Amino acid sequence: MSAITIDKAGPSRKVKYGSISRDRAWALRWSYFFLVLFAIFSLTPPLYMLITSLKSSAEISAATNPWWVYHPTLENYIGLLTSNQFLRFFWNSAWVSIFVVTITMLISVPAAFALARMKFWGSATLATGVFLTYLIPDTLLFIPLFKMFVLIGDWTGIQLINRWYVLLFIYPTLTVPFCTWIMIGYFASIPKELDEAAIIDGASWFQTLTRIFIPVALPGLIAATIFAFTVSWAQFLYPLVFTTSTDQLVLPVGIITTLIKGDVFNWGQIMTGALLGAAPPLIIYAFLMDYYIAGLTAGATKG
Amino acid sequence: MADVALHPNRVQATKATRRRNGLHNALRRKSTVAFLMTLPLILLVAAFVIYPAFYSLHLATLNKSMTKFIGLGNFEFLFKRDTFWLVVKQSCIFAISAVIFKALIGFIVAHFVHNVPANKQRRWRGMLLVPWVIPPAMSTLAWLWLFDPSYSAFNYTLSFFGIGPIPWTGDANWARFSVILVNVWYGAPFFMIMYLAALKSVPEQLYEAAAIDGANWWQRIWYVTLPMMRNIIAITTLFSLIVTFANFDIVRILTAGGPLDHTHIFATWAFRIGIEGSDIPLGASVSLFMVPILAVAAIFILRDISKRGNEA
Repeated sequence: MSAITIDKAGPSRKVKYGSISRDRAWALRWSYFFLVLFAIFSLTPPLYMLITSLKSSAEISAATNPWWVYHPTLENYIGLLTSNQFLRFFWNSAWVSIFVVTITMLISVPAAFALARMKFWGSATLATGVFLTYLIPDTLLFIPLFKMFVLIGDWTGIQLINRWYVLLFIYPTLTVPFCTWIMIGYFASIPKELDEAAIIDGASWFQTLTRIFIPVALPGLIAATIFAFTVSWAQFLYPLVFTTSTDQLVLPVGIITTLIKGDVFNWGQIMTGALLGAAPPLIIYAFLMDYYIAGLTAGATKG
Repeated sequence: MADVALHPNRVQATKATRRRNGLHNALRRKSTVAFLMTLPLILLVAAFVIYPAFYSLHLATLNKSMTKFIGLGNFEFLFKRDTFWLVVKQSCIFAISAVIFKALIGFIVAHFVHNVPANKQRRWRGMLLVPWVIPPAMSTLAWLWLFDPSYSAFNYTLSFFGIGPIPWTGDANWARFSVILVNVWYGAPFFMIMYLAALKSVPEQLYEAAAIDGANWWQRIWYVTLPMMRNIIAITTLFSLIVTFANFDIVRILTAGGPLDHTHIFATWAFRIGIEGSDIPLGASVSLFMVPILAVAAIFILRDISKRGNEA
């Protein structure tokens, strides 16, 4: 009697395990199949940039397979990296981004500290207001901002339109609210005992911020820095509106306005320029992916 | 909100005056210091966000040369133009369909990545997030080249299947499709990352319990995954709706609104009128039409976020 039940239980159990693991294996295969499809979809444009950037203009206009490079050449890279104009765009972009990141951090870290820890009249409203500001898009403000800076030029004689440094006033409106918001989240997650201990030991608010909060919330700070850099590097609308002379342009606008001459598209150089323009964020992403993703997800999950 | 922040301070402050004057001073100093620390933020937002927002309202009531107050004249003018209604329609089609596809693809891909063994997830996540990392202006150039009327690499590939050549940016409906496709390509990774983070926070026991109760995969998604992710789906979708509705780069570079204004959305049309056409008041009026939908989305986001705060 007992032997029969064991006999029955044994195989049936095995079959059940077998079917589950087979289901899992199939699910895994399907997952890989679709992931490969989506990866092809995701990576086609950047790979095509790379393919085209290695072609000469003769090969681009020849009716050969566009997905393959028959005669790889670096002439597009040499052409762009020795062109003063392109290097100018690159440096303009680099300076704007570095300054904007610095300004953003100087404004948002103290503000986030004050809003997270030093409750004062209206601080909760202000924190909500900061988040609301983050939701206001650039496309809503570019026209009034443009008119404002024209008027400032008329009234004070300080010409800001068509100068790359005008972007230093405007980009922080895109970076500061989000950076403040995620820094509030990171600062709020630091245990209160830590800063209370520091205050009891006689540290000033400034010391509490620089000696305790910034080191402890360093991952958040890196995430915020990466965010500020990526946003200012990628911004397209404001430089398109505010700068026009070729020596004042930043990279994205420079590539689009100078490499496209009328109806003549020099695609080899455009793709090379686009790839070089995409390189700094991609390099940062390759090395600091976890911080990048932390910044991305913190915006909606923290707070 | 302000009251909540106000009361504890006042209570503490009165207690402090009763007990010790020094502590009272310290508290007063603390709020002064805090205010000074937030002052640059307040000034920045006031000068370059709030002021221009109201200035935009003022601009919208002026005539083209900005010399005369014409009230709602610009809006009356817009309502009479067919192009305006075309732009309204296209903005809605663009934003809604792009967000739906981004959310769906993001949800599906997040599940696939979640299925893969943990040590390989990083690599897949890394590859699939690349579209989000490349500046959209740069990647749209690559798409423009892929869609090129005479050298399109897509048409070359499709010609082997006997399809095409497809006028990717030349025909009104194909151009709309292309613009949405590029936007989905760019935005889906954001959803994927957000959903993946949410998926990982769903406790494994819930799935085990569901499996024991005999739930199939669809029931597991419908009764376990979706309710657990409800909040993050809502926030991500609303947030993406705002960003997509206000999109500029992709449409501007891919089609510049063409062919014949059939892909213009609010932002690109406002740019065309306000900056390229030098009619600043009319451009400001056009961009103001983004406000209602943005405001509605923002209210819902705030509600969801404060709900999150209460749960935690």
